[in-house]
Amino acid sequence: MSVTLHTGENCHLTNSNVISGPAIRRAGRQTVVFERPPVIVGRMSVVGDKEGKGPLGKYFRKVEKDVKLGEKTFEKAEMRMLETAIEGAILDSGLSMRDVQMLISGDLLNQLTSSSYVARSLNMPHLGLYSACSTMTESLALASCMINAGYFDTIACATVSHFATAERQYRFPLEYGCQRPPYAQWTVTGAGCSVLSDRGEGVRITAATFGKVIDFGTTDLNNMGAAMAPAALNTLTVMLEETDTKPEDYDLILTGDLGKLGSDILRDLMTEQGYFLGSNYIDCGNMIYAVDQNCYQGGSGAGCSASIVNSFVIDKMLAGQYHKVAYLATGALMSPQSCYQGESIPCISHAVIMEV
Amino acid sequence: MNNIIAERNKRYNKYVDSVSPKSGTAKSLWNSFWVGGLTCMIGQAIFDLYGLAFPNLTEQMLGNITSMTIVTIAILFTGLGFYDVIGRKGGAGSFLPITGFANAMSSASMEFKTEGLIFGTSTKLFTVVGPVVVNGIVWSTVAGLIRLLFGGF
Amino acid sequence: MSVVFSYLLTYLIVFGVGGFVCSLGQTLIIKTKLTPARILVIFLILGIILEGLGVYKYIFEFAKSGISVPIVGFGASLARGSIQMAKSVGFIGAFAGGLIQTAYGVGVAVVASYLVTLIFSPRSK
Repeated sequence: MSVTLHTGENCHLTNSNVISGPAIRRAGRQTVVFERPPVIVGRMSVVGDKEGKGPLGKYFRKVEKDVKLGEKTFEKAEMRMLETAIEGAILDSGLSMRDVQMLISGDLLNQLTSSSYVARSLNMPHLGLYSACSTMTESLALASCMINAGYFDTIACATVSHFATAERQYRFPLEYGCQRPPYAQWTVTGAGCSVLSDRGEGVRITAATFGKVIDFGTTDLNNMGAAMAPAALNTLTVMLEETDTKPEDYDLILTGDLGKLGSDILRDLMTEQGYFLGSNYIDCGNMIYAVDQNCYQGGSGAGCSASIVNSFVIDKMLAGQYHKVAYLATGALMSPQSCYQGESIPCISHAVIMEV
Repeated sequence: MNNIIAERNKRYNKYVDSVSPKSGTAKSLWNSFWVGGLTCMIGQAIFDLYGLAFPNLTEQMLGNITSMTIVTIAILFTGLGFYDVIGRKGGAGSFLPITGFANAMSSASMEFKTEGLIFGTSTKLFTVVGPVVVNGIVWSTVAGLIRLLFGGF
Repeated sequence: MSVVFSYLLTYLIVFGVGGFVCSLGQTLIIKTKLTPARILVIFLILGIILEGLGVYKYIFEFAKSGISVPIVGFGASLARGSIQMAKSVGFIGAFAGGLIQTAYGVGVAVVASYLVTLIFSPRSK
């Protein structure tokens, strides 16, 4: 009872209720429900030109006309984008840099290059996360746990992806003339950042479900939607069961970047499990590009759902259109090498429930 | 247990195959046909023009300068940024001709320019065309040796 | 008149054969899950085999650029060089012939790629 687990200026250990006793309620094996739900007090979304021309273009806070942002390399442009998102979100929250106690961020590049390089100039503790395209929900869920437990009171969560850098890492050179199969997806150039705090008004994160790594044996590097749908299925059913809710209880069920094909597959899979996903189910990858933009099944990438949630979704929640939103980002955890070695694609999905 | 999972994966992949959209077969075949055919015709035209301009050259030499010319054109197109547009339309029609080989080489070379001309461009130049060069050298050597051992027919 | 007609016929054959070879490659893409790199290697080796068997030159006489512009022609050149050198120089010639035969094309491809890299940068789509 009197054992001090952790001391320091960030910990608020004066409030002994936080760590003593069963302060943390768990809804099940994978789901945690937050007693003191953290609030999204600040947010920012930055996207590239192509995304800005899509159907959601008017919702994004900043659209970069030049996807290179005047930098020398696309990697530098990606870093700039992430930096803009983080700084914009902190500005939006009305806090100062010093008030933010932790940055949790991730991207798609080797060694989390963009995140780490951005963090070096921010002068705050940093956790780098890699969970491919599901990094945003993983960081929100982790930050919520840390805030709910009382160790921190303000955390910034951010992710970024860039079409040009992802192409180089996972596929072919940009100018290489190759056809993609019609079930391929297009990596979103974009970044999103949310600042979570233990006080304030706005959208609250009330619960989080941590996903398991699921692999249904898909080996086609281009068919990400089909590979990730089972992971979304697993996390979504676990979340519904453990929070004792039905799909109809949510104003919006939002998956990260399954694309059109992947979200159709998820509907089928959910129907098989006895859940019907109605018109309240949408997919970020499916929404971000217009049909005539030639993006096959839609967008993917860590920045896809991060930029949409931090603009369109939270805008609509604050406007009163949605009250309860389940947000599941999905990630494919393969590397090009593992695929050449004949391995199938392991996938993961983490979920958070946002309420206003 | 492993059997059940293998069974499930097989079922799932079969289902995925059935719902995944197929490339518009007839249309993409036609596109590859005319893009490929046109590329070959341009090659032939250049060959014939060189033949008229330099009547003294052997057919072999004319072939060489023809391929040099279309390779250069393809690389220039890559640099200007529209070979990949042709590639997305033509599919095999644009990567099977020698112009596709040139595009693959120059696109890799340009892509890795950011790591410098030595460690970027020079080391990564063959990342995409490597398989063609390596297999070409190995199997042509084998062909030469076989013909040496068993004679011509 | 007959000259014009023979040119027309040649170009029609070039278009037809070249298009046919490429659409064969496209069929492989549609029907199988082979990647472009593998298909390139398959057609390259096909060219080497055709030359090795001595069939290529008859196809070339008929189809001209229709067969020599696709990668099949590159494979055939490699094999032709290797076979010729093996005959004229002997055993060691087989190793050099292919490269010597195709040196013009490969050389210009490398140099031009390098030059283009100095001038242009790739664009995000």
